[in-house]
Amino acid sequence: MTLKIVKSGLATTIQDMGRPGYFHLGIPEGGAMDRLSMRAANMLVGNPEDAAGLEAVFMGPEIEFTHDASVAVTGAEMPVMVDGEPRETWTSFTVKAGQVLSFGFLQSGARIYIAVSGGITTEPDLGSRSTYPIGALGGVDGRAVQPGDDLPVGDAPLVAEGRSVPAALRRGPANPAELRVLTGLYWYRLTDTAGKQFFDDTWTVAAEADRMGYRFKGGRPLEFVEREQPFGAGADPSNIVDGCYSYGSIQVPGGTEPIVLHRDAVSGGGYFTLGAIISADMDLIGQLQPNTQVKFVNVDMDTALAARAERKATLRKIREELA
Amino acid sequence: MKTRYTYGGDEHVYVEMDEEMSLEAFFKSLSMSNAVREADIPGVTEICPANASFQVRFDPDVTAPSDMLKRIQDLEHTADKAEKRLTTRIVEVPVYYQDPWTHETLMRFRERHQDPNGTDLDYAARINGYDSAEAFIEAHHAQPWFVSMVGFVSGLPFLYQLVEREKQIQVPKYLRPRTDTPKQTVGYGGSFSCVYSVRGAGGYQMFGITPMTIYDPRQEVSYLRDFLVFFKPGDIVKWRPIDRAEYDRILSEVEANTWTPRVAEVEFDLEEFNKDMTGYNAKLMEALNDA
Repeated sequence: MTLKIVKSGLATTIQDMGRPGYFHLGIPEGGAMDRLSMRAANMLVGNPEDAAGLEAVFMGPEIEFTHDASVAVTGAEMPVMVDGEPRETWTSFTVKAGQVLSFGFLQSGARIYIAVSGGITTEPDLGSRSTYPIGALGGVDGRAVQPGDDLPVGDAPLVAEGRSVPAALRRGPANPAELRVLTGLYWYRLTDTAGKQFFDDTWTVAAEADRMGYRFKGGRPLEFVEREQPFGAGADPSNIVDGCYSYGSIQVPGGTEPIVLHRDAVSGGGYFTLGAIISADMDLIGQLQPNTQVKFVNVDMDTALAARAERKATLRKIREELA
Repeated sequence: MKTRYTYGGDEHVYVEMDEEMSLEAFFKSLSMSNAVREADIPGVTEICPANASFQVRFDPDVTAPSDMLKRIQDLEHTADKAEKRLTTRIVEVPVYYQDPWTHETLMRFRERHQDPNGTDLDYAARINGYDSAEAFIEAHHAQPWFVSMVGFVSGLPFLYQLVEREKQIQVPKYLRPRTDTPKQTVGYGGSFSCVYSVRGAGGYQMFGITPMTIYDPRQEVSYLRDFLVFFKPGDIVKWRPIDRAEYDRILSEVEANTWTPRVAEVEFDLEEFNKDMTGYNAKLMEALNDA
């Protein structure tokens, strides 16, 4: 039982919930950027939530099925078709052997998640099938899918068609998007004015936005508190002695364009970080298109933990809905 | 040296032993990150030691962030008392300095460099007060290095030279990072050398290249069969300059899977080292003669 990749889209990768435990060696956790959408897609087709599916950015792939399977597409809004006939997103449907799953133009969001009953069963690396091309891990021989690939799929019973995640439980970024930030790490390097400016200004997603990190532009340059640079840090005021980076951490090289590290983050480096996006909002970043307007919102730890609990409650409701 | 504790979002605690780099800060960071590992605090998922800091990732639903920070803080006295001594290994890494591949790459990205008319080595030699690239290369490989961090991407080691601070080489990173760096380039930025484990973007100055594979996701290379990453923090490295002929020979042996690096087990004691660095290094390097 395989999925035949006819067209691969722009960058379609196999993802699951990632490979935690190797960040101290520079191997990031990886996995679906929008975890809630990936989990929901798996639930819709009766898979374990951490089964491997496909993450496609901006453009969908074209896939020929060699067996009957249940399928669900979540995340971004993009027309879904089976042999040219429309299907609903966030809803289970059946694709029969010989039929072709394809997609129209992206309407909103950035990444779709495609789950197939049985899950994709390529060989895992370090406990995960998630594709990490830099380290040649997971995926298809460590890379994104290509036309001609036959992706192996597990054996699983079909589920009913029309199982659906209610609209109220689907989550995507608003416009302008709001990303909540917990300041910390090297926040003290910024002047008070620069700190205020970072939250006052409206930023836009730059073209350099991928699984490793999202770059933002359009805000005023940030000024640093003057100091003699510590030994080993490097001359630029935005430099520190190379340290670890947190997932979601925000670095601003040279004080100009903030970069938020995401699931395929580099594990460390020599730039100061002003804090990190709260864990509950990481999924939203995966749905931001270039040129989207973004406001960073300063929150405290209690707010971050409440948002985290709220996201968990949403997942629980989806589970109950589809039980 | 003043330890600073902070949060990285709601899932990380970040601990900085010192703003500036020193072996003292590195040892304290390593001892403390080991103490955190041994404490087995519920909810901890990753412990990442770095040059003069470390980071703990955790699930805040298992242990609340404020409790996690406090529990890590309570371990600081353990780290302060820990012996600054390691049982580790010294590894000889062959380096082909001024090789054609990094040269081609650095010429391609010249407009992103501080000195568009020279090479990375000429520039680094000049700003560090050396008469020639050759004298600078000698300083780079004569004394050994300490792996103080593994990361950035795929098992890339950061190395700190075992010499007095006034002898440390310091170079800035490229003005704008390159989009390409040959695999196994020996680079330099700040006070750190590195080996690029895979081809890709990079901002460090490029001095040479090693034929030694240090990351193998397929785990086919004989000395990477047990684990895909070669280096770990605490490893000691001695660069050995090689020429083109030897580079080609080692590379073909690596490809035929008949080459292994020279490695010897050694003890490293920071206090003893601080008393007589050159003498201590000579003994460390002697261990390689029997390897």
